[in-house]
Amino acid sequence: MNLKIALFGIAREIVGQSALEVSAPEGQSVQALLAGLREQYPALGRLSSLAVAVNNEYAEDGATLSERDEIALIPPVSGG
Amino acid sequence: MIHIDLTDQPIDVAAALRTVEDDGAGAINTFIGAVRNKSTGRPVVRLEYEAYDSMALHQLRKVAEQAVEQWPMLKKVTVIHRKGTLYIGDVAVVVAVSTPHRAESFAACQYIIDTLKQVVTIWKKEFYEDGDVWVAAHP
Repeated sequence: MNLKIALFGIAREIVGQSALEVSAPEGQSVQALLAGLREQYPALGRLSSLAVAVNNEYAEDGATLSERDEIALIPPVSGG
Repeated sequence: MIHIDLTDQPIDVAAALRTVEDDGAGAINTFIGAVRNKSTGRPVVRLEYEAYDSMALHQLRKVAEQAVEQWPMLKKVTVIHRKGTLYIGDVAVVVAVSTPHRAESFAACQYIIDTLKQVVTIWKKEFYEDGDVWVAAHP
């Protein structure tokens, strides 16, 4: 399946674009997605934190992803 | 009643305060976050706020709802966050709450701004004379 991942803030700058398409096996976990992205973009691994959001909620490491999900990479937030 | 907004226009603080007025509220508490001229001793020229809008709005509402759960006497809650380019003194965020008595209004207002900073998908980049940094990005 193909996952479309929205990127924001420093994650967008590290990857160099505001969205990524990643091909992944069915039932790909959040953890596996993150591991793959960190391998491809080592600078992501140097951030204070990196979360994945699925349909506007923070996702647990073990959550599985589907093509229909709205997925985003969430670097450390700094609002306020 | 909860009012949430994410805007690229200057925040009208007086208008925000009016949204939490309530005949049953003896206390209105407001937090106003403004752009400071220094960050860890380094002069700041401007800030740029970027948001994941749909999630930020959803999470802001959740934070406000959690506050209402924790302080059921809350009459009204308003949270407005700015995005885009801001300069020294500009208002970046306003949290306003109204309650019958003051103690709960302080507690709820603080809970909302503290939690917002931890979970809401908004990112701030500080620009200095000689560079820029995404705040909190690195340990």
